[in-house]
Formats: sequence, structure tokens, C-alpha cells
Amino acid sequence: MISAALFGLTAAALLASWWADPAKTREALQIGARSMHGLAPRILGMVGLVGLVLALVPPAAIQRLFAVRGLGGFALVAAVGSIVTMPGPIAFPLVGSLARLGAAPATLATFVTTLTMVGVVTAPMEVSYFGRRFTAIRQILSFVMAIVVGLLMGAFLR
Amino acid sequence: MRAGLAAYRLFLAVVLVDLALALWQPDAARDSAVTSWRFLLEVLSIVPPVMVLMGLLDVWVPRRLVESHLGPGSGALGAGLAMLLGTAAAGPLYAAFPVAVSMQRKGARLANVVVFLGTWAAIKIPMLMMESSFVGLRFALLRLAFTVPCILATGWLMERFLAGDGTAVALVPAAEPATAERTEETSR
Repeated sequence: MISAALFGLTAAALLASWWADPAKTREALQIGARSMHGLAPRILGMVGLVGLVLALVPPAAIQRLFAVRGLGGFALVAAVGSIVTMPGPIAFPLVGSLARLGAAPATLATFVTTLTMVGVVTAPMEVSYFGRRFTAIRQILSFVMAIVVGLLMGAFLR
Repeated sequence: MRAGLAAYRLFLAVVLVDLALALWQPDAARDSAVTSWRFLLEVLSIVPPVMVLMGLLDVWVPRRLVESHLGPGSGALGAGLAMLLGTAAAGPLYAAFPVAVSMQRKGARLANVVVFLGTWAAIKIPMLMMESSFVGLRFALLRLAFTVPCILATGWLMERFLAGDGTAVALVPAAEPATAERTEETSR
């Protein structure tokens, strides 16, 4: 659904742009194609890695992690959330079922935040755009942030 | 040719591990291939239009506009705007990288680029909607309330850490140096 909206929006923007200035539009398409071309190997690498990680650590195993209580469980969940990146259709139902199973809000919030903001698996792609230093610092700060948000959630929701 | 292969080294490594896994644990290897394939389809349903949109932004949005609204002098309003741009996003974080690079190339301040990325990743509107339906509205809103200040802090800290470090500039066009120069020309 998001994809259909995105393709529609892009098509509309392209038409409007073409109507306004075909030469500029052609250049825009060239820029897009060139960065797509540069990105292709990274995308294949990331996609392969995500499949591999999810095969070795399947969602059912992640569910079991939430059964580990206390600080150790919290740290485990944060670590797994940082490593794993999930396609949306797998991630949302997983988080939903974790909530239904009674996962602690602190742990759940940390998992959601690390899952989306920190990605060891997507790091190669980020490095190719921003360089190693930027990627490392951003991911470390995001990890700390996920823990802070999780602890705050735990203090406010019980 | 060798440079071309080097770019695929991660993918090739994964394929090798998958092949080894196929001998040892065929089920896991099959799961891996199936998940990767599904994920590839998802990526392909999002990344190409984002690339085209990025190209359009590159050509049409003048540098001066980005610089004045998201640049070093933009202050709190700039951070707010970066956040607003991030919440309206569709798609996962890796779709945001090219957009963020193009923002930065047009003169957006580093803190605002980081704020944009953080917002896109953690509190974009489609995600909050999903979250409130799967986990609960209270959970989603509370997480939003705590995440916003953290994202702002991250942006500010990133700028501190990377101050004077010129390396945090787009590296994708480095493979195709012509892109960056061309973009500069048209934006003037």
C-alpha cells in the first residue's frame, strides 16, 4: 500500500516535472539511475544478510528472548534489536505478539527503537553514504537513546 | 572488473555462508533464501521511486532554500522542519540515506540531517499508526514523547563529535564524482 502510494506520487511528480522542464527531468532521472546503480551491490548484500540473520535467529527465537527476565533480558533484547533488521511485514506482527504475550514496556520500547534506529546489518549501506565515523557514532548514540527511552517507558508504564 | 566484484563482496560472502549452511542445515539455508527474496521484493517496491524523487529534489530544490531553512543559522525552526520532513516519510531507514545525503549536499546542517534520519527511523507517522494498532495508543504516544528530545540531543551531539570533520559527506557520488559536481551546477 505504501509502495503504491510512493509509485503514484513519484509518477505524478515526474509528470509535473516533465511538463515544467523536460531537460531537468531527464537529468533527475539520470541522477536517480546512477545512485540506484551505485547502491545495487549494497542492497544485495544487505538483503542477503537480513535473510541469513533471520534464518539463524528466527522470530520465534526472539520471542523466547523476552522470557528472560531482569537486566540480562533487557540487555539481550537491546543487542538482538541492534543486530537484526526486519522487513516491516515481519516486524510489526512480531512486536504486536510480544505485547500480547505480556512483554515489559521497557523491553518492548527498547526493542522497537533499536530495531528501527540501530542496524548492524544496514551499516554497510550507511557507511557507503556517510562514512565509517558518522555511522559508528550515530549508531552508538541511537543505541544509548533506545536504552534511555526504554527505561523511561518502564518507569511510566507498568 | 575487479572493483565491480569488490563491491559485491558482502553479497558473495553471504552466498558462500548460505551454501555452507545448505550442506549442514538445509532448512535454515532455505529460510534464509526465502526471507532474502521477500525482503528484496520489499526493497524493490520502495527504493526505485525514492531514488527518482531524490533526483527530482536534487534538480528542483535550490540550494539557497535548503541552506536558509535547514542550514547552520536555522536554529530551532530548522530542527522542527527536519523532524516534520522525517515524520512524513514512507519506508525503512535505508530509503532515508540518499535523501539525507542530498539534504546535506545542499547545505543542511549536520544536526538537522541526523534529526531527520532519527525521526524517519523511529517516529514516522505510518510507524506510529502501526504501533498504536498493534501495541496500543498510550505506548506509541509515550514512546513518541520520550524519543523526540532524545533525537534532538543525538543531532546536537553528532555535530559536536563530527565538528571540523569533513568526512561526513556523501560517499555514493564518490564512485561517480560527476554526480556531485553536476548537482552543484544545477543548484546554483
